[in-house]
Amino acid sequence: MSAHLLSLILFLPLAGAIATWLTGLFGKSDKATRAVAFVSSMAVLAISIVLLVKYQIVPKTGRMQFLESATWIPSLGINYALGIDGISLFLVLLTTAITPIVIVSARVSKGLAGYLALLLALETGMLGAFLALDVVLFYVFWEAMLVPMYFLIGIWGGERRIYAAVKFFLYTAAGSLLMLVALLYVFMAFKTQTNVYSGAIFDLWSVSLTHTEQLWLFAAFALAFAIKVPMFPLHTWLPDAHVQAPTGGSVVLAAVMLKMGTYGFLRWALPMFPSAAMTLAPLFLSLSAIGIVYGALVAMVQPDMKKLIAYSSVSHLGFVMLGLFAFDSAAVTGSVMQMVNHGISTGALFLLVGVLYDRLHTREIARFGGLAKVMPMYAAIFLLVTLSSIGLPGTNGFVGEFLILIGTFRAAPLAAAVGGLGVVLGAVYMLWLYQRVLLGPITREENRHVTDVSRLEVAYLAPLLVAILFLGIYPKPVLERIEPAVQYTLDHVQQKSGKAPRFTLSERSDSSNFTLSERSESKGSPR
Amino acid sequence: MSPVGTQHYLVVAGLMFAFGALGVLWRRNALGVLLSVEVMLNAGNVALVAFARERGQVDGQALALFVMAVAAAEAAVGLALVVSVFRTRRTVNLDELGELRG
Amino acid sequence: METTAAAGAPVALNALWLIPALPLAGAAVNGLRALFVRWTPGSADHAHDHGASAGHGDQAHEHDHDHGPAGAWPAGWIATAFMLAAFGVAMWAFVTQLLPLHGAGLTTDPMPWIVAGNVEIHARLLLDPLSGLLALVVTGVGTLIHLYSVGYMAHDENRDRYFAYLNLFAAMMLILILGDSLPLLFVGWEGVGLCSYLLIGFWYTDEQKAIAGKKAFVVNRVGDLGFLLGMFLLFAAAPTQPSLTFSSLADVAHGHFSPILLTTACLLLFVGACGKSAQFPLYIWLPDAMAGPTPVSALIHAATMVTAGVYMIARLHFLFELAPIACAVIASVGAFTALFAATMGFVQNDVKKVLAYSTVSQLGFMVMAVGAAGTGYIAGVYHLTTHAFFKALLFLGSGSLIHAMHHALPADADPNDIRSMGGMRHKMPWTFRTFIVGWAAIAGFPFFSGFFSKDEVLASTLHSERLASTFTYLPQILFAAGVLAAACTAFYMTRLLILVFFGKPRMGAAAEPKVHESGWQMVVPMVVLAVLSALGGILWAPLFGWAPLEHFLAPVIMGQSGAFLAGVHSAPHFDWTPTILATAAFVAGTWLAHYLYIAHPEMPTRLAARRRGLYRMLWNKWFVDEAIEGIFVNPVRKISESVLWKGIDVGVIDGTVNGVGALAAKAGAAVGRLQTGLTQNYAVGITGGVAVLAVYVLARLYS
Repeated sequence: MSAHLLSLILFLPLAGAIATWLTGLFGKSDKATRAVAFVSSMAVLAISIVLLVKYQIVPKTGRMQFLESATWIPSLGINYALGIDGISLFLVLLTTAITPIVIVSARVSKGLAGYLALLLALETGMLGAFLALDVVLFYVFWEAMLVPMYFLIGIWGGERRIYAAVKFFLYTAAGSLLMLVALLYVFMAFKTQTNVYSGAIFDLWSVSLTHTEQLWLFAAFALAFAIKVPMFPLHTWLPDAHVQAPTGGSVVLAAVMLKMGTYGFLRWALPMFPSAAMTLAPLFLSLSAIGIVYGALVAMVQPDMKKLIAYSSVSHLGFVMLGLFAFDSAAVTGSVMQMVNHGISTGALFLLVGVLYDRLHTREIARFGGLAKVMPMYAAIFLLVTLSSIGLPGTNGFVGEFLILIGTFRAAPLAAAVGGLGVVLGAVYMLWLYQRVLLGPITREENRHVTDVSRLEVAYLAPLLVAILFLGIYPKPVLERIEPAVQYTLDHVQQKSGKAPRFTLSERSDSSNFTLSERSESKGSPR
Repeated sequence: MSPVGTQHYLVVAGLMFAFGALGVLWRRNALGVLLSVEVMLNAGNVALVAFARERGQVDGQALALFVMAVAAAEAAVGLALVVSVFRTRRTVNLDELGELRG
Repeated sequence: METTAAAGAPVALNALWLIPALPLAGAAVNGLRALFVRWTPGSADHAHDHGASAGHGDQAHEHDHDHGPAGAWPAGWIATAFMLAAFGVAMWAFVTQLLPLHGAGLTTDPMPWIVAGNVEIHARLLLDPLSGLLALVVTGVGTLIHLYSVGYMAHDENRDRYFAYLNLFAAMMLILILGDSLPLLFVGWEGVGLCSYLLIGFWYTDEQKAIAGKKAFVVNRVGDLGFLLGMFLLFAAAPTQPSLTFSSLADVAHGHFSPILLTTACLLLFVGACGKSAQFPLYIWLPDAMAGPTPVSALIHAATMVTAGVYMIARLHFLFELAPIACAVIASVGAFTALFAATMGFVQNDVKKVLAYSTVSQLGFMVMAVGAAGTGYIAGVYHLTTHAFFKALLFLGSGSLIHAMHHALPADADPNDIRSMGGMRHKMPWTFRTFIVGWAAIAGFPFFSGFFSKDEVLASTLHSERLASTFTYLPQILFAAGVLAAACTAFYMTRLLILVFFGKPRMGAAAEPKVHESGWQMVVPMVVLAVLSALGGILWAPLFGWAPLEHFLAPVIMGQSGAFLAGVHSAPHFDWTPTILATAAFVAGTWLAHYLYIAHPEMPTRLAARRRGLYRMLWNKWFVDEAIEGIFVNPVRKISESVLWKGIDVGVIDGTVNGVGALAAKAGAAVGRLQTGLTQNYAVGITGGVAVLAVYVLARLYS
């Protein structure tokens, strides 16, 4: 059973999707449909918790755990290869945890079965991208994610949903196509160098390419991932997608799908083309810093709440990208953790927007005001999530932001300083939002009679709130699992690019955990 | 004056072909196009017969007879199409028959 | 600074965690109860409930609603009990564990918090003379103010929420003080900022109060950015110290950091201190913070939170001492702020605003002292302590006044306005007696606590070797500014005293009989603080050759080697200059106030009329708020909206994206025009193509 845990996690949502759709066709009520979907997603979550429990913190043999491999296209050396490490572990958990929440909170006027089925299918796509250890497999899942999301926005979205859905699809696919070309080039390069076809990740990590080749290939991969992140200036699809998407779609989009881009950088682009990455690091650091400030400033002046949060995502993910390109273990670990943190806090924010939308059918900030008086529990929850978003110590957001900034400062002080502005600006726009929506007097008659959050709403928000506090106070279990994977990746990057390591871990009191003597980069299946 | 040689026939055939081609490409009336096609075909016939005469072989003449037969068949089909189009569209002006525009 | 006992083995005292944990527990108890009691689960399906408990209206103060959400729950007593317990633990630890160590410190066992890469931050508390003293001040004064709040907030239907926030604040402040590393200090630092936000905007249905809270948080965050950058700089420069504990930093400070780096880091950290301790120009949040309940102003914005910056500099003295330029900047900013803020107290008519500017000014004194280095660190902490006593007292007194005026005046009148007070010494005798003790302390009446602490501040500035090393006359200049500021302090405080407590009552015949003294929960804390303000001088009174505070804190400031105390003012004989000049300042200021407000009461209006411009500048607080709004806030907002959003994002970037789409569509349409649907056109094309090919082939054949 343990041998096929990952496949189970991967395909169970798809099975659930089919079951949900069938229940919708033949079943009697929406309740039954929702129950089937919920049970499937909870089953996936349960299995992923088993995965967490069985995960070895510092793997002694090799770097990936729960490996599975089956031949797929033997003549081209493309395998169905899955594996998980510290980086993908928490992203998988985030995905499997968010999906039940979205299923429970879904409120659509029509076609619930289709909606839930698409969400589950989307889950499979996302999990596949996180778990794939073969580049072609990764690409398949990467593209596969787009289809359910397109339908989710296009069918259940707002007034300009078609425009937003098409924009989302074409923008992302355009980048992906360039990535496909680059991917094939690397694939063929490996064949040329070793006379063996292979799409396995660690094989492709070891392909030797000239610096110029690396630059072009990295640019192609980076384009695809940068669109997904989204990095400034390739971010404009996000506000439209978020505003037009239904609440559940927005939550999944923000919480998980945006992490695909950053994950892609860390897992594929940086290790395959390290010297190109290092050469281009100043560019990416600058764009990230600009994105942090720009996203925050534009968020500040948005009249639509969802658009504000969308731009805040641009700002937050700028932090993540900043940390990645610092090539510092602390910064990158912070980035990975911040990926999870952002998923939690921004997911919660979108859910909260959904709560208001369900009651007042508007997202315009000017239509709210003074709601804390009539929705005190909502106001308290909103405050906690706001504090997480602005990185108050004690919340999860601080741990990630702190690690990113302190690690980046060593490598690129100016970028870190500019990014630090995000700390101030984040407080500005979030607290101003909080004030306009919840504080002050009630100015509109319809706001006077709004009801507070229901027990169900609190129930599905609670896991996120608990995570915010728990990870803020005791992040150790997460950090200690992420770090070895990050360290392995960074070591590979340093080795392959030939640059000397900047800092060693010798000063850490638990540095004995990092004996990197066993390095197994073999041809064939990943180890 | 030199006797009339093969080249004279070829020039005539060439001129006939050119006029026929121009007619095909330029005329607006479908019947006119069909007539121009006939002219082109006959130009080909003239050339064939001229070459047959020059070589002293019968092949060209035989081919010319084939061409005439084909021309007759093609004229019949073409006229049938024109009549059919006229029945539905009440026009044989080719400029007005552009439904396949993209 | 020692973290081990005399025997050399670390003394672990995990019970120290109780000190912040107890208020935190109190916050949880009151907070969760307050939250759940107000929650009526609704439903998205029935979004509107008609006529249900939706709000009791939007008055800024909810009074006389004893049946409101807070109900009969004894939130205040619970909160005060937890605070008292924390004070008890602090006192116990101080007396039984700390004092015997003679200057060494106690720590708890480290708990790993953030460990990744080269970063290794543990949560660990440190109780040494400095933090022990301040822990006692925070818990002690905090308990008194909690007790006072029980009376002050007795009729507020949201008092359970209030006490939760107040306890949370105390917990965060204690973490700030007791944390043994910069990151942990920062946790408390931001935590108190949060509680300040929550408490200033406590009556959030009033938009202006909510805005004031947000202003406080944002301005503090600007300072926090400086703090973070300074911390990062130190971390980057000291890779062998992944934990940024004070002891580890002290170990490497000498000789490890380059002067430029150290100065930059110190200045960045000072920016943080400016935000928290309200120095120019980051002081603008403090006067607005008076929107919160008065006990909050007393605790947070007088006695504790605002002193965090001073504490941080004192704690990191070993860094600042090695950066004379930073010291000079700090001391100068402090002196300037002291004088600048004092001038604004001249014309304010809101009693809390006078005290707010007074706080900024007094903080300037403290900052000037720690900028002076040497004994300045001790002097700053001394003034911090006495200021906590007398300023809290003054604020509590003003709260007592406001409370009384609020009940007496009609609802739309401003209870804070001193122009409607007057003659209060007969109506509120206990408030008067305690307030005048506070006045004596702050103005520098000889032998009260403020007299001694202000003396030490001025003396350490005048004798500062660090300041003199940057510019020979800097100590004297700053000293002069300090004396002048002391005179101003005496003036405006005496003005306040006279206008409120003396003269004839001005509140109107209707209100006058309703003014009465406050209850015992409010009076007792004031009396206790009055005693402390009066007798606080026993901590350090070199005039009488009596300096227990100096000896107590010296091990912390001097460090293990005893080497750093440059510019020690342990002159063989006591220097009379500061004392004489400070007393002269007190006399001058008091006399001037007496002249203007008792002897010749028509003078102030005449002066205001004669010097319109100057009066306007003072009345409008030198237009600093407007300047900052005009230079930073509004332009940023406008540029973000028109240039960044509409210009770049929608115009350029989205324009490009949509433009690409439109281009594709247009190109398709253009190419599509070739498909005319007319067969003859296609025939032309074919013919042309054939002709070209034929020419080409023939040319090839015959070339």
